[in-house]
Amino acid sequence: MKAQVGGYARAKDVSDAIRLLAQADGMGRVLAGGQSLVAALNMGLTGGDLLVDITALSDLQGVREDGDTLIIGALTRHSQIAVDPLIAEHVPLLAQAAPLIAHEAIRNRGTIGGSLAHADPAAEYPACVVALDAVIQLQGPDGTRQVAAIDFFHAVFETAMKEGEILTGIALPKASAGERHIIREATRRAGDYAIAGLAVVVCDGAHRIAVFGAGPTPILCIDAMEKLDAGDIDGAVSALSDALDPPSDTQGSAAYRRHLADVLLRRIVTELGEAA
Amino acid sequence: MTEAFRSRIYLELTVNGEAVELTVPAGRHLIDMLRLDLGLTGSHAGCEHGVCGACTVLVDGAPVRGCLTLAPQLSGAEVWTVEGLTDEGTIADLQAAFVERNALQCGYCTPGMLVAAKGLIDAGGTPSREHIREHMSGNYCRCTGYEAIVDAVETVARARAEGSAT
Repeated sequence: MKAQVGGYARAKDVSDAIRLLAQADGMGRVLAGGQSLVAALNMGLTGGDLLVDITALSDLQGVREDGDTLIIGALTRHSQIAVDPLIAEHVPLLAQAAPLIAHEAIRNRGTIGGSLAHADPAAEYPACVVALDAVIQLQGPDGTRQVAAIDFFHAVFETAMKEGEILTGIALPKASAGERHIIREATRRAGDYAIAGLAVVVCDGAHRIAVFGAGPTPILCIDAMEKLDAGDIDGAVSALSDALDPPSDTQGSAAYRRHLADVLLRRIVTELGEAA
Repeated sequence: MTEAFRSRIYLELTVNGEAVELTVPAGRHLIDMLRLDLGLTGSHAGCEHGVCGACTVLVDGAPVRGCLTLAPQLSGAEVWTVEGLTDEGTIADLQAAFVERNALQCGYCTPGMLVAAKGLIDAGGTPSREHIREHMSGNYCRCTGYEAIVDAVETVARARAEGSAT
């Protein structure tokens, strides 16, 4: 099928993009890498959209340090995330996650801001930013605001973003010395969306576990985290299972997803050297 | 619709080394621009939602999905397709290896396969068969069963590595 697009405008800067979205009267749609949006347009899942192309906005590109925080511009592509030295040093979880996303040709176009704003529950980055306790930076007609990652994802493809807002960047706490990051997922083929996956951050013995592909949003499993902090691996696996209410679909049943989450958690614990 | 949003977009870009000017519908994706507007039918449109890889072409040196790249976004870009790469001879060894190893049958996936493989081979070194399979996993072939494609890519990667070592 062919995309049915209402119109296209190339934004010059962030204010221009926000102005264009306001003019679109509810039909505005931010276009960045387009790796999900253009597929949806081609499949006719959406039509008549007024596309606001933000890819020329240099303010939203690249990675910079701000004290103890790393700021990643929304337009930073997956292929850049995979090799950026600042990301490798300060948020290695994202450097590990990027190569898991789709294939080279898609990683060369897709952006981290686009992935987060799209909020596919089986995608890697949403779980990563939850595990990393990141802050999502937004800008809209009423100015800028920040939303904690844990409050950002509301439902499948639904976020805390309001009409007319643009996701401009992600603020991530830099990893402290000795902090460990691991992401593992189960897929049928390389590059597929995860059937289930776990992003884990361990800082001074405190674990953060975010599960993806097992519910409408990434899920921070607090009970399992506390069990793991106390060294109770079986208890953590059991708490993880209790925290999940995964969907059954063509990729896998709910029981299979729960099983995968258990297996992935045990593997991660082993990799961390915490297994008994 | 306000005047800011246009339904037809004027573009200037470079395709296979030649400057191109054209006006495309706002929803035109790159692969249709190449095939329908420019008559470059070497690149193929398969699934049109980013899964099959038949439309893989180079934009600013990097492999991308032609069906997931909107043409209006390509103002000033440099695009290379199998036609231009063939004329330049940059993938001649890869094409010869595909023929030698019988790495194509119907040929529908081949232009995308060549561009995807070029990305891996240009990175240098001698990738393992497992690495080649993973790299090529975004490109579907329904004829060959992939073994011959992996053979061809492996052969060229080795030959180039040996060539650059001598």
